[in-house]
Order: sequence, then C-alpha cells, then structure tokens
Amino acid sequence: MSHHRIALEAVGFTYPDGTAALADVSLEVTHGESVAIVGANGAGKSTLLLHLNGVLLATRGRVVVGDLPVTKDTLPHVRRTVGTVFQDPDDQLFMPTVFDDVAFGPLNLGMPEAECRDRVQACLEQVGAWHLRNRPPHRLSGGEKRRVAIAAVLAMSPDILLLDEPSTGLDPRGRRQVIELLRGFTHTKIVVTHDLDLVLRLCPRTVILSEGRVAADGPSKRLLADAALLERCGLEGPPEALVCPRCGDGSRL
Amino acid sequence: MNGPHAAFDLGTLDRLSQGTSPIHQLDPRAKLLVTLAFVVAVVSLDKYAVADLLPFFLFPVLILARSGVPFRFVARKVAVVAPFAILVGVFNPLFDQAIVLRIGEFGVTGGWLSFASILLRFALTIGALLLLVATTSVPALGRAAERLGAPSVFVMQILGLYRYLFLLVGESQRTLRAYRLRAADGGRPAWRIFAQILGQLLLRAVARARRVHEAMLCRGFDGELRLMGTLRFAGRDWTFLALWLAAFIALRFLRPAEMLGALVTGGAQ
Repeated sequence: MSHHRIALEAVGFTYPDGTAALADVSLEVTHGESVAIVGANGAGKSTLLLHLNGVLLATRGRVVVGDLPVTKDTLPHVRRTVGTVFQDPDDQLFMPTVFDDVAFGPLNLGMPEAECRDRVQACLEQVGAWHLRNRPPHRLSGGEKRRVAIAAVLAMSPDILLLDEPSTGLDPRGRRQVIELLRGFTHTKIVVTHDLDLVLRLCPRTVILSEGRVAADGPSKRLLADAALLERCGLEGPPEALVCPRCGDGSRL
Repeated sequence: MNGPHAAFDLGTLDRLSQGTSPIHQLDPRAKLLVTLAFVVAVVSLDKYAVADLLPFFLFPVLILARSGVPFRFVARKVAVVAPFAILVGVFNPLFDQAIVLRIGEFGVTGGWLSFASILLRFALTIGALLLLVATTSVPALGRAAERLGAPSVFVMQILGLYRYLFLLVGESQRTLRAYRLRAADGGRPAWRIFAQILGQLLLRAVARARRVHEAMLCRGFDGELRLMGTLRFAGRDWTFLALWLAAFIALRFLRPAEMLGALVTGGAQ
C-alpha cells in the first residue's frame, strides 16, 4: 500500500473571482518524508494546502493521494488519509469541550464509542493534554489549543499530516514543545510555514513556492542558505542558516 | 471598561457552571427536566395567584443553598431583566380595578394582584433558569437536550453558539478598543461608525464560519452530529427528579397556601 504518497501533477487553480493562485505545480511526497512548503505571502501556499486535503479541487492537472486522484467521489478516502492541522486552532476546535473535539473525527468515521474513548485518551496523552479533556477550548492557552488540535487530527489516524503554520502565535516554550512533538511523529508530514527555523528543525526537504510555481525543491539546508534564491522568492533566511555564510552549513542541530 | 457582555456576564456564568457541588454533579437531564417542570407549574397557575406562588420559592432557595451559587449574582441578573416584566404588568392596575381581596379595611384590586403575580412568576422562572445554567455547563445541557430527543440541528446551533460567542465577544472588544485608541474623543462611536464596525465583525464571522466548516469537513463531518454518550443517570438523579416533580405537583394542585389558610382560620368556610 502506498497510502502515504501524495502527488501534484501540473496543478493549476484559479479562484472564482479570477485570481490565479496556482499556475503549474508538480510535486511528489513519499512515505515518511517531512517536507516544508515555504514562500512569501500570496505565493500560493495556503491554496496548495487546501488542494492536498480536497477542500479545493484543482481546475487544471490533478492531485493524487495514495493511489486515488482527489475528486468529489474520493473525498472520504482523502480525508481519512490526510489529517489537516489548521493555522488557527479556534477554527479547528469547534466542539464545546476538548474531549468532544478529539472524539469528533473518530465518531464520524464510525468508530464504536468504547474504542473511541480509548483513542481519545491515547491521542490526548500523546500530546500531553489528557488533563485538559473537560475544558472548553476558550479556556486553553495558545500552546494547549495547538496540541489539542494536533491530537484531534491524530485521533483519525491519518497517514499524512498537513500542518498550516504550526508555530504561529506560540510563545518560545510552546513553539519548542510543538516542534519536539512533531519531530516524534513517523507520519509523512507536509508543513506550510513562514518559520524557516522550524523548517530546519523539522523538515529535511523544502519546496519554495513563488507566484504559484515551484521555484525550488531540494534539501532544506542547501535551499535556506542560498541567499540569492531566497531573495528572489521574497524570503529571508533563518538566523540559524546564517551562522556560517562561508560553508553555508545551516545545521546547528 | 465594561465589556459588551457585562449585562449577561457570560464569563462568570461559565466559571460558575464548572463548579463541583452536589447540584453541579447531577445529570444535566435531571436538572433540565426538573427546571422545565418548575417553569410549567409556576406559569400555569391562574393570573391572580400570589399566595400559591410563594411556596415555589423553596426550589430556587434550596438549589441556591446546595450549589453555592452566590445569591447576589442571581439577584443582580434577575434585576437586570426585571424592567421587561414590569413593562408587561405595569398597566394591569389601571385596567383591572375590581377589588378581589380585602385585608382588613384595605381593598386590593385585581390589577395589583395580577401585577404582583407577574413579578413573582418572573423572579421564579428567570431565577430557576439562571440557576440551571449556573450549575450546568452549556455543553452538558446540549448533550442532555440531544439525549432527550431535541433535534440535532438545534443542539448543534446551541453548542456552536456557545463555542464561538466567547471569540466573537473578544473580537468585538478588541475592535472597539482599537477604535477608542484612535478616536478623537475616545467615547462611544457614532452610529455610522458603529454600523461599519458591526459590518466588519459580520464579515469576519462569515470568514471564520467558512474556515470552521472546512475544518469540520476535513474531519469527516457529514451533517450529522455524533456525541459521545458520557451521561449516566444514577440513583441520586432519579431521587432528585422524583422528589421535585412530586413537590411541584403537590404545590400546583394541592395549593398548600389555601390549606394553610383554612387551617389557621379553623377550617371555617
């Protein structure tokens, strides 16, 4: 089974209002990879992400998750395979308590209640948030919300994790905890982010988007140390990548 | 600054509902049913009922005592809504001038009696509902309503409203603050600007609703709300339900005030 594979084949997308967000994107992510998608504001990152979980359907080309192209008919399969952690946890934690929220996905997949209860507990323990289970989401800190949102996605046992700006709005400790948590996962990971330091810690491979196209695709250490490339794509290198400009080695870790 | 939720004090109500008193621990279905029965019993008494209403205060007083909800909190909330009840009943004394009760030399008109009755009913029902919400979290109430057969769409609306009301309140407070910090007089916005701010909030809410819906779809939402059955109806819930229902039926139909009156006057009728 190659459930963990995800591929975009010459994908183009134009919003109904005429904005062309993706021009021509081809990209393949295979089992166990951890890939960062970076790019300046408006480069098409979010649009790309919404194609990977089937919220948007490509107007040109196609997206393949596992062995199946993403179409209306394959959406249930796509959503079971791909778990999305959205940028704003308040959008994602829509149930009245942490427990209910984590149980939401598995119950929709038809999991029996007893099994679901165990699953919820396992996932909340995995992110260190079991003690928060009875809290309403509006009584959680930013870091707690983020971890619960991750647990809610893990509860559906996806093969592929999509993470949209997982470090936004977190204090340094919360950010470090989330990065450590994500490093521990063996899932195929696709991370859309502006946080290039997080990229170096989490993703060996980086895809740089610029104006709806893939501007570069390669090892994170090399791409993020390439000042000319970053400049061309409207990005700025992380401090870690600039530690040693001579050897271009961004691996402080 | 008094936030827009000062009148309802959602934050305090929410915090109170997280308590651990014996009342808080009851099954929300038992509390919901008892409160509804209470409201029906109180409302169904005839329009001149005053003495018959008084024994009903037993219910809120006992709940208040057992739950540890501060009396001042409930009293203040009831007072906030009181003008509505006063408005409903204030013309009764003018229209209904027939004397229906004599206390010594004093004649009490039907209008005054029904006005008093309206105020008492209002205090009883609003007080009981406030106590219900202060001792039961909204998620638990939603769950109870769902288990008791309320339509799932309705339950979803309540749960969603509760979840996002706090965000909306926070967002409007931030927007108003941003306005005040840049406004020349720093006071209340003009109506025209106020309308624009409201429009902004609406647009943001719509955008958020779209994102929330996307997030729900991504987790397999198909229009049906599935909640985990975490409620357990235990012995004490049955006791609570049975005792109060019996008490309300007794107070409603046996009219202890009349019986007491008859007892005091030696049953001479």
